[in-house]
Amino acid sequence: MTHIDVSQANPPSLKRFVPNRTWQLAAVGIVLVSLVRWVSGVDSLTSSGSFAAAIGSAVPIMMAGLGALVSERAGVINISLEGSMILGTFGAGWIGWQHGPWLGLLAAVLFGTIGAIVHATATVTFGVDQIISGVAVNILALGLSQYLATAMFQGTPGGGRTQSPPIPPIGRVSLPGADWMLGALEDTHIVVVSDVAAALRAALVDVPIVTVIAFALVVATSVVLWRTAFGLRHRMCGEDPFAADTLGVNVVRHKYAAVVASGAFAGLGGGYLAIVAANIYREGQTAGRGFIGLGTVVFGNWMPSGMAGGAALFGYIDSQQLRSEAGAHAMLLLLAAFVAAVTLYLAWKRDWKRSTRLGLIAGATALWYAATDVLPPQAAFIAPYVATLVVLAAAGKGFRPPKMTGVPFRKGEQS
Amino acid sequence: MNAVTRLLRLSAAPALALAFSMAVTAVVLAVSGHPPLGTLRSMVEYAGRRNTQVLIVNSAMSYYIAAVAVAVCFRMRLLNIGIDGQYRLGALAAATVGGYLALPAPIHLVLIVGAAMLAGAAWALIAAVLKVRRGVSEIISTIMLNYIATGIVAYLLQPGRLAEVVPGSNNIGTPEIPPSVRIPGISIPGATQPILGLGVIAIVVGVAYWYVVNRTTYGFDLRATGSSRDAALASGVNVRRMIITTMLVSGATAGLIGLPLLLGRTYTYSLDFPAGVAFTGIAIALLGRNHPIGIAAAALLFGFLDNANQILALNGIPKEIINITQGTIVISVVVSYEFVRRRATRAEQRMVGRSAPALAASVS
Repeated sequence: MTHIDVSQANPPSLKRFVPNRTWQLAAVGIVLVSLVRWVSGVDSLTSSGSFAAAIGSAVPIMMAGLGALVSERAGVINISLEGSMILGTFGAGWIGWQHGPWLGLLAAVLFGTIGAIVHATATVTFGVDQIISGVAVNILALGLSQYLATAMFQGTPGGGRTQSPPIPPIGRVSLPGADWMLGALEDTHIVVVSDVAAALRAALVDVPIVTVIAFALVVATSVVLWRTAFGLRHRMCGEDPFAADTLGVNVVRHKYAAVVASGAFAGLGGGYLAIVAANIYREGQTAGRGFIGLGTVVFGNWMPSGMAGGAALFGYIDSQQLRSEAGAHAMLLLLAAFVAAVTLYLAWKRDWKRSTRLGLIAGATALWYAATDVLPPQAAFIAPYVATLVVLAAAGKGFRPPKMTGVPFRKGEQS
Repeated sequence: MNAVTRLLRLSAAPALALAFSMAVTAVVLAVSGHPPLGTLRSMVEYAGRRNTQVLIVNSAMSYYIAAVAVAVCFRMRLLNIGIDGQYRLGALAAATVGGYLALPAPIHLVLIVGAAMLAGAAWALIAAVLKVRRGVSEIISTIMLNYIATGIVAYLLQPGRLAEVVPGSNNIGTPEIPPSVRIPGISIPGATQPILGLGVIAIVVGVAYWYVVNRTTYGFDLRATGSSRDAALASGVNVRRMIITTMLVSGATAGLIGLPLLLGRTYTYSLDFPAGVAFTGIAIALLGRNHPIGIAAAALLFGFLDNANQILALNGIPKEIINITQGTIVISVVVSYEFVRRRATRAEQRMVGRSAPALAASVS
């Protein structure tokens, strides 16, 4: 039973690191979006404000996804990340409103690890079923943050049982000159050119520092996991902990580190929601983003770049529903265009059966777009969750998860 | 091994977990400056009142049905987190059939119950098909389906669709169910509210669950698949079909959760219909060890915690302390089951080890 994937363990070049396909998909995506923007006349689809909102929605999902990825690569499924995220929002609100956003962010990270430590103890030390432990930690985390919120926020200025007083804003950074140059390009409204400019402007101008930190963490994590000896051992724990053990890797310690780090990432995501996205702790703020983060890991085939791509996709869908009615409605056309593109691709591949089926879906969606003026608000609300389901279903079984993720490890007890 | 040691072994883990979570709760209370013992005493005193007891029984019956819905899936190592959505769509369907149709009472009642079960089962079917056909983990899919159900219920529950404005308030709900199909409650002397009459459903569900799991071929296949999917597959169990059937059964059961309340008190599905039974159901199934009687005890315990906490607010203690207790119970109960199981395995191994040399000697 030796199945260490050498190609992944030892990437020969940067190409492996960020698969070509990711860039291709991103390029196709932005061309499609800009065409739809051009046809529908809804400029908010690709305005820099819109992209900024999408990045804002994507960051918490991406942090949860990063946590799930790190944990599952070491062989521990961690669905308690939603709980860690909830604890993170509370920690950020509690410390943040009194001591400023930076200490609030630190508190979010620390609170996120609380849930993770419980999960690690239950699953790694006691060998409890990882899913069940995750469910239990989620219940505990929700209860704990509700109790603490009631105890800490009742009677505070602007705060109450379910929300904290406002947290002071956190710093933002810009690349000098980018606003001026990209802004001019964006205002030209040339197909693709202005859209790309808008996306770059959103990524480079007036960016919350936490967003920069989040992206740096994704890059740093992939470097550590795929370019260091530590990372190789870490991933071995997910592929074959018993083999790793015989080679002298301290599997238990790696698993603990992975789970605690995952809680810290998810806590940071929660802190982002409270400090940057809302400047307040509010009960129910996470709205299942921790779970969507788990979905992005599957979407990204347990690779950081794919995971981040999934988070960007969900973030974009999530943000459009909040931005404007026209934007939400134009998402229908975008969906139709995307499905039509896949239809054409399949037709080119001569897969007639599936391409006919998808063609019908594309047509129906386009008809829905043409026949209506607004999307019901509930349809926009469920969009990210439906997208998660559809993406997981469409991606099907072509994935390669870490071989022994979810299997409890007991030294010397190979099952 | 006689019955007493078996019972002791079975109850050791939950007892350990309960004690541990009481201790954790006590510590949290003490740290936040509230007397732990006084708090517990006031809760127990409050639960001594007839009114509170009725409320406890009334919540315990929905919890019981929810936990059985989870337990069916647990038996084959499926986790249906989607009972929340299945329950709400079931209740909405039942309220719609109940409020818009006018039929002879027996037929009407059958249709109402059927609609609830059908809606719940249909919602669960989505997750089952996704799992069997596309390999999507039922855990993520059922969680997503809960949020989607929230959106669908919000869409349908609007004036002009399924709902109308409740006279004299700004609440909106389905039209009231006619008196002919309302189920009278059981009044208790000394209590202002009756026990919901359809609590009978909980008992029926419990007995059916016990019978199906322990006395039918389906139940045998269910347990076999839960113990070892490969072994079940090898012995001819159609695992894919088992997944579909079990999710359907679980969803149909989840659809029933809202019926006692709907037909016994509210008569309408409105915006303030209680939500969020998914994790409670899972917690109770875990604590009750998927056993019909164990689940009943756990459901009553959670009913007690959820209703007796009303007294805490009056004493200036956040009643959310109960959520910590419940969370700790769940996490510690799973840890202690694992712990006790390992101790038992080790004791067994030691016993075998001790008798093995003698056995070897007798053979040669």
